[in-house]
Amino acid sequence: MSLFIIVALPFLGALLPGLFIRAGRQACFVATFTVSALAFIGLMTHLPAVLGGQVATARLDWLPDLGLNLNLFLDPLGFMFAALILGIGLLIIIYARWYLSRDDNMGEFFSYLLLFQGAMVGIVLSDNILMLLVFWELTSLSSFLLIGFWKHLPAGRQGARMALTVTGMGGLAMIGGMLILGQIVGSYDLTVILENRELIQASPLYLPALLLILTGCFTKSAQFPFHFWLPHAMSAPTPVSAYLHSATMVKAGLFLMARMWPVLSGTDVWVTLVCSVGLITMVLGAFIAFFKNDLKALLAFSTVSHLGLICFLLGTGTTFGAMAAVFHILNHASFKAALFMVAGIVDHGVHTRDMRKLGGLRHVMPLTFVLATLAGLSMAGIPLLNGFISKEMMLEEAVHTTLFGSPLLVAVVATIGALFSAAYSFRFISHTFLGAERDDYPAHPHDPKAGLWFSPALLMIPVIALGVAPFMAEPFVRLVTEAVVGGVAELPEEHLALWHGFKPALFMSMIAVVGGLIWLALFSPLSRMWESAPRPEAKDIFDTLIKALANGAGRFSRTLHDGSFTRYAAIFTLAVVAVGTHAWSTGTAGGATRDMLRVTPIAAMLWGMLIAATCFLVFYHRNRLAVLILMGIIGLIVSVSFNYFSAPDLALTQISVEVVTIILLLLALNFLPNRSPKESTPIRRTRDAVIALIGGAAVAGLVWTILMSGFPLASISEYHLANSYKGGGGDNVVNVILVDFRGYDTFGEIIVLGIAALVIYALTEALLNGPVRAKLLNRDFEEARAGDAHPLMMVVLTRVMMPVVLMVGVYIFLRGHNEPGGGFVAGLVVAIAVVMQYMASGFAWAEKRQRYPYHGIIGAGVLCAGLTGIGSWFAGEPFLTSAFGYFRIPPMQEFELATAMGFDLGVFLSVVGAVMLLLESFFRLGRRAGTEDSEYAIDIDPSRTSTAEEG
Amino acid sequence: MIATALYIAVGTVGLAQVLAMVRLLRGPHVGDRILALDTMVINAIALIILAGMSLGTQMYFESAMIIAMLGFVSTVALCRFVLRGDITE
Repeated sequence: MSLFIIVALPFLGALLPGLFIRAGRQACFVATFTVSALAFIGLMTHLPAVLGGQVATARLDWLPDLGLNLNLFLDPLGFMFAALILGIGLLIIIYARWYLSRDDNMGEFFSYLLLFQGAMVGIVLSDNILMLLVFWELTSLSSFLLIGFWKHLPAGRQGARMALTVTGMGGLAMIGGMLILGQIVGSYDLTVILENRELIQASPLYLPALLLILTGCFTKSAQFPFHFWLPHAMSAPTPVSAYLHSATMVKAGLFLMARMWPVLSGTDVWVTLVCSVGLITMVLGAFIAFFKNDLKALLAFSTVSHLGLICFLLGTGTTFGAMAAVFHILNHASFKAALFMVAGIVDHGVHTRDMRKLGGLRHVMPLTFVLATLAGLSMAGIPLLNGFISKEMMLEEAVHTTLFGSPLLVAVVATIGALFSAAYSFRFISHTFLGAERDDYPAHPHDPKAGLWFSPALLMIPVIALGVAPFMAEPFVRLVTEAVVGGVAELPEEHLALWHGFKPALFMSMIAVVGGLIWLALFSPLSRMWESAPRPEAKDIFDTLIKALANGAGRFSRTLHDGSFTRYAAIFTLAVVAVGTHAWSTGTAGGATRDMLRVTPIAAMLWGMLIAATCFLVFYHRNRLAVLILMGIIGLIVSVSFNYFSAPDLALTQISVEVVTIILLLLALNFLPNRSPKESTPIRRTRDAVIALIGGAAVAGLVWTILMSGFPLASISEYHLANSYKGGGGDNVVNVILVDFRGYDTFGEIIVLGIAALVIYALTEALLNGPVRAKLLNRDFEEARAGDAHPLMMVVLTRVMMPVVLMVGVYIFLRGHNEPGGGFVAGLVVAIAVVMQYMASGFAWAEKRQRYPYHGIIGAGVLCAGLTGIGSWFAGEPFLTSAFGYFRIPPMQEFELATAMGFDLGVFLSVVGAVMLLLESFFRLGRRAGTEDSEYAIDIDPSRTSTAEEG
Repeated sequence: MIATALYIAVGTVGLAQVLAMVRLLRGPHVGDRILALDTMVINAIALIILAGMSLGTQMYFESAMIIAMLGFVSTVALCRFVLRGDITE
């Protein structure tokens, strides 16, 4: 089976449980199991090749220019992990089927589980470190969902958040480290990186890369000082704990350390750092585990401790250490998964996991007792069980390791770790199962159904088989070790064996086991001391830290972003000017290469008026209506200037936008007093004026420089001019750019326009349905009102103008492709024609005659543009490709039809709909109580009066 | 001949535009300002047409037409606002 399929299966399969749960829990389970089993079988088809020393690869270019390719490879190391992930995954799925109660959403659970499984398989099979990072983050996310699966438990949610924070932070560090590594080697392919040991270790960037990658590994594998998240993740359902903390999630960090072993290990920094972190974690975890009363908490800290052990083995940098690490990963996965499941069985049967309430269970749960004892003794390192073999290898390695110049230090620390480890294992067994049967169990304990004990029982096979005959695993372990070492060093001579003779490790083992028993015998006094001793609580520290960080971030952003627009504007302006000044003073500019245009008297006059109007606008800015009138002048002069500079398209748009803007702002003025109050002190105003002048001067200088010098890059105008007619069938380049060259942009823009209009509509509705409504309706009129509401002159005029304006709109729309105009301007013109009717005869009158809802017009426009674009698919062309042709209908002249017209029609409709919906929303807001809606179009209508008299 | 006429016309309309603006700024009443703005819109139409004539192109005709057709809407809206306080009743 292709590696792609193996990785993709769990991801695709993650859709199934959610669907199959509707057919029942059994169907959901079967679907999930089948998906995992298929992937597992697919992996096993590669077994002969892997054993034969072949490395299967699958390559797929994704973004080759960035070095991001979906490359997978399957070497013995990847194979071992993938087999663990999928194999133990299968057992967990069986276990979870019987573990989850009817209240739990099994479909959701299995979906998350398969997602997580896919991400894990992705990590171990990736040949591209960028892909590996993607999968790495995916495991953080999917494990977050799994840990927080019981959403009703606050501990579950907090634990999930903590796990995500810590592993996510590590992932971030890891991205940095991996990118540095990729930069050093010049390739993001793992196989290439692994061949460049000398290059990487000689690089000055080796140290930062190492530290960052190790941060990622340590957080994921819960190494000191990041170990605290793992015990808190125990509030997850037990199958999750068993899966995440035995074979998968926390092993990902170890996997990566093993994967990177050939290029990163062997240096002093590596040995010192990884060894000491591993040893500290091992001893600390084992020490705390002993005092934990909750079965799962004990196992959690024991996991931390065992991860530290493997970390230490990888850190020694010797091949024997690597071999022991590989073997212990296998062993730990088998006995720890079983132990977690046993804890779940106890919880299921007795309804508590607190060892103070347990004891004597061997009488009522004999089968569970056997399983727990086998797995527990393996964890303690008792001979004839697999835990013993690898633990003794660890002790052997510890004897030969020198840290901080002391040859004895490591051996002593490792023995102490092993001693604590034996102690908590014994406690797990004795305090749960041994002793007299109690009569105060919270529930009636009993051995579970086959579904629950099957998985841990199956795991006992390797625990015993490898314990009795470790040589069976030797060829495979050697193969994997070879893959870890990657040809950097010779494989060790030692073999996996039960009996190594009277070596120091044997005596250390004996000390550990005997010491562990004594330590357990002293449990009561020790426990009392532990309870009374002050100790740092990781969760409190973490919470305080997160709170402090959140407060700091809040304070920082509140300083910059306090809701005052003046402040944003000031910060933004000064920052941009500073950056621009820096660029200007450090970069090179071409200098002025063009001559000034001649200043005609008319240009000078317009310019002078523009300046004057702007100055007066600033001067009068508290009088809102005066500001609007002055803005009218400025808009007018800008329109004329566009014409003066030969930009009729812009002029047309500017004129129509100007009208709509004035109407919109007048509507807004409805809700504001005529004069704006003084809110700032003179000093502040001076400061703001200075900042404004600086910003204005900077922009003016920039525009001046750009206008006076040539383009730094070749202009794209030439291309547009040359291809406008040839490709788009139009002579008006501006329009062809909008509907063809940049048609995609325009399409996006009309959608945004429509969304904006709909949002304004929604806000209006929300306002009108809320408590603000009464306030809005009962505003007082500031000034006395004069004249008619719907004067005769205006009504007649707008009625007469309506068809004329509509015709002009059609004209501008149709000619747009070849001459100034187009859908946008036409849309504005038509919208103004409609608005005139609202103004003349009133909102109520006009609304009654509005047959098509404006939302519908927006939708029709977007649809029309979209369908035009899709139409080109039928001709086998990409989205929005134009076509045009010439037609003749006899009495008329020959004319051109272009598909762009359909697109432009979409633009037209969207603009009409959006502008009208926006203005209509404001019209509705402006309604007041007490205004009578006239049923006539004109208030004083001579014809109506005369007919009334006659009648 | 036409060039001279154009000079004179542009000069006259330009002067009118400046004077209208002076009226707009001086006020004193808001009605004066709105009327001045309307005059400026009319003058702008003239300026655009004259510019088209002097350059010999019809390209600017539409701008002038749109201003002529829609320019009054702003004036009406401003007037309605001053007189009635609400532009759509």
